[in-house]
Amino acid sequence: MCRLFALTSTEPQSPMRAIEALDVMREGHDGSGVGLFLSDLGGPWEELDGAPILSGIFSNEGLKRLDRFMMDIGFMTKYKLSIKVPKSPPPGVPKRDIYLIRAYELPEEWEDLSRDEIDFRLMKIRLQLRQMGQENEDMIVFSFWPDCIMIKEIGDPLTVAEYLQLDRKELRARIILAQGRQNTNYAINLYACHPFFIQGIATMTNGENTAFVPIRDFLSSRGFAGYMGYQSDSEVFTHIMHYTLNMLGLDVPYYKHIITPLQDHDLEDHPNGDFLRHLKHSCRRLVIDGPNCVIGCLPDKRVFMVQDRKKLRPGVVGGKPGLFALSSEICGLDAIIPDRDKSSDFQPMHLDTVIIGPDRQEVQICSQKDTLPPIH
Amino acid sequence: MFSEGYIAPHSLSVRDLPWQIHWSLDKCTLCGRCTTVCPVHAIELGVFRKRIVETPMGLARRPANVFKVFYGIRQKTDPAYACIGCGMCNLVCPNGAIMPYRTDEADKLRFHINRGGQPRRRGGRRNVRGGILDRIKFIRISMLTDPALDAGRHEFELRTLLGRVLPPEENLRLLKEEGWIPPVREIYPLIIGGMSFGALSPNMWEGLQMGVAYLNEELGMPVRMCTGEGGCPPRLLRSRFLKYVILQIASGYFGWDEIIHSIPDMKEDPCAVEIKYGQGAKPGDGGLLMWYKVNKLIAAIRGVPPGVSLPSPPTHQTKYSIEEAVAKMIQSMYMAWGFRVPVYPKISGTSTALAVLNNLTRNPYAAALAIDGEDGGTGAAYNVSMDHMGHPIASNIRDCYLNLAKLGKQNEIPLFAGGGIGKNGNLAANAAALIMLGASGVQSGKYIMQAAAGCLGSESDRCNVCNIGVCPKGITSQDPRLYRRLDPEKVAERVVDLFLSFDTELKKIVAPLGRSTSLPIGMSDALGIDDAAAAQRLQIKYVV
Repeated sequence: MCRLFALTSTEPQSPMRAIEALDVMREGHDGSGVGLFLSDLGGPWEELDGAPILSGIFSNEGLKRLDRFMMDIGFMTKYKLSIKVPKSPPPGVPKRDIYLIRAYELPEEWEDLSRDEIDFRLMKIRLQLRQMGQENEDMIVFSFWPDCIMIKEIGDPLTVAEYLQLDRKELRARIILAQGRQNTNYAINLYACHPFFIQGIATMTNGENTAFVPIRDFLSSRGFAGYMGYQSDSEVFTHIMHYTLNMLGLDVPYYKHIITPLQDHDLEDHPNGDFLRHLKHSCRRLVIDGPNCVIGCLPDKRVFMVQDRKKLRPGVVGGKPGLFALSSEICGLDAIIPDRDKSSDFQPMHLDTVIIGPDRQEVQICSQKDTLPPIH
Repeated sequence: MFSEGYIAPHSLSVRDLPWQIHWSLDKCTLCGRCTTVCPVHAIELGVFRKRIVETPMGLARRPANVFKVFYGIRQKTDPAYACIGCGMCNLVCPNGAIMPYRTDEADKLRFHINRGGQPRRRGGRRNVRGGILDRIKFIRISMLTDPALDAGRHEFELRTLLGRVLPPEENLRLLKEEGWIPPVREIYPLIIGGMSFGALSPNMWEGLQMGVAYLNEELGMPVRMCTGEGGCPPRLLRSRFLKYVILQIASGYFGWDEIIHSIPDMKEDPCAVEIKYGQGAKPGDGGLLMWYKVNKLIAAIRGVPPGVSLPSPPTHQTKYSIEEAVAKMIQSMYMAWGFRVPVYPKISGTSTALAVLNNLTRNPYAAALAIDGEDGGTGAAYNVSMDHMGHPIASNIRDCYLNLAKLGKQNEIPLFAGGGIGKNGNLAANAAALIMLGASGVQSGKYIMQAAAGCLGSESDRCNVCNIGVCPKGITSQDPRLYRRLDPEKVAERVVDLFLSFDTELKKIVAPLGRSTSLPIGMSDALGIDDAAAAQRLQIKYVV
């Protein structure tokens, strides 16, 4: 089972803090991979004013192709972080040429485009790069979005982090998602590494989603270019969140109603029962199954945690105003925020959604039995 | 017959018949129950002459013949009275003195059951053992990465939807604008398939209805039953139990006069309306209720004169083309209940099912598509239709589901599979396989008749006389002397038993796959089969 750790903080934090938490929980992952998602970035990234940041791994040849491609479509480099690694990687970590984190200036002709159109085009570019990379096996692209950085690599989390020297002052973020992977049913492939990303939404999961195939079939048939390339059964959690927010225009509390709807007898007593019944029927194909704890981050910098219908996985949220963490195990939380009030730690159960807003002042808990916020 | 005597072309010996009656002189008490109960009069009292040659010791007396008479059972060899192997003789015999046995070679009777140029007609099934459904295995077992669930103690939601399900965006938009949203019923995925009042005896029908009502009202299982084409008893139409009933309309429109007239008195809407365009057992052929079974009650409910055969036309006579006529029919049925009742067509399995489906996807009123495969049963059909016509259900359903998935409409038009589900006794496994191939639910008739009422049909041409109203178990007969053998209360009990055991078995299948929150429709990654060609055809895993 994978280990998950996320933190959200008013002060930018080093990703090493999350890696340390993973290391405390290392009994639960096999060192087959680590994934990091950073958002609400600090330091130099704060001044980029919405410039999309490309994160990925490139061979020397791939980097040349990237530069040609980006130049052709009018993207200019605005800021970059070069990670120079020692010549020989530690055991279990493959040799790579370049770990790239690079912010681009949007092309001039994009200036008049609507936000939606820009968002769509950024996604299309990421997908195009991914496809180009897969053809020649010279680039792996994780994200291309403002204020988001992703780093993924095969190997033990702490070893990889030290090798990549992630504890550098240019790399600080207020939101950090980290996953230590326990490889299950798919070959080790960086596209199968959590967190998964689409248009500013990132989620990571432990456990296996047994309803993966029908959900994948549904999402892939929506006609939306971003719902593709499923290398992991957990990737659909990210896309369902995207579908909920962007396609249905529903907020996070509705997400849980889509992936694990209430049963009939509960709907009868629910103040929004009629609406929820329609949601349940029409979104039946998105119902997840299996043991899952989902932790994620939304474009508006809220972080959340939900559990599967039976709450088969652990998950805890705790912290103090200004710094909260969402962890798959309590020991991870203890290691990073030892001085919190442990009595107010919260372990979401089968009906709960936990949300922490960008003010990081409190943990908001929604139960599926609660009245839902109005729809806009 | 004497050895030098005359032989007609159809002179058969008992050996030439499919079933031979073995009878024991030692055990027989000559009570006569067997000859009375035999539904086809295949056996009769036999008076046998027996010669014994007595040769006394010594020379005083000469050897002599002693002639004796003994009584027993004689099996008729006239094709019209050939034994059907039902075994009722054995059931009633107090001493177990009599039993039919299947011949060990192909019978000769089959060449002679066409007297008067009338080919064989019968009820029952295709009489082919095996089938692809039994060979499909569930191979994706949750082991350590995700725990298998507890079929006995975890919470399960094994429900399906009957009705046109809109894409989420569309549904929410209409909800906001207060537009018309197609009615959707949340039902149990095993439906009792269309068996008409008329095809079934009143006791059988009542038993099924009572069982269904109990399952709904006492056990909270939303089980639905389809009426078949034969109307619906007036009291049921006016009762609250109508909501558990799917009314079927077929090309003979039997019983619809009564249904239409009772609409103003209905307390509840029916669950749905099924428009039957075809039936798996006799595809391209209409329903058939032979005159033997059309008594006064049946005639009254159907609105026809008694004692005449009721062959429904192979197609709806008002049909001109699927594009507009089917759409019109679906729409008018919707209109009858104020657009509150889902209406869907049922077709027989066919290589043209995709064309029908594609058409329905463009019809916003089509609530589902039921497909009945070649292994479906029937109350009456021509033997040739049953044995040789039709399409297997597995690939038909799979093609349709994959086609819907390509269009992004999977489960928007729910597919219901019928025909041979549980024909070898594996109801839950067959149902689960079809669901994972893409069916939203399954319809079953034969299994229900066997489990709930002890139908004797098997896949070896046993009994199969549903068509002529002589069902020895009283399931498909309209003769009170026969159907009083069947206690409706006991049928209801068995219906409940079989649904509860089906439910447990279905959970025992889906729980180890890690599924419980929703019915695993289209979860094809769980399926495997030991036949490479079938695996490729169904797009499931090939396992050996």
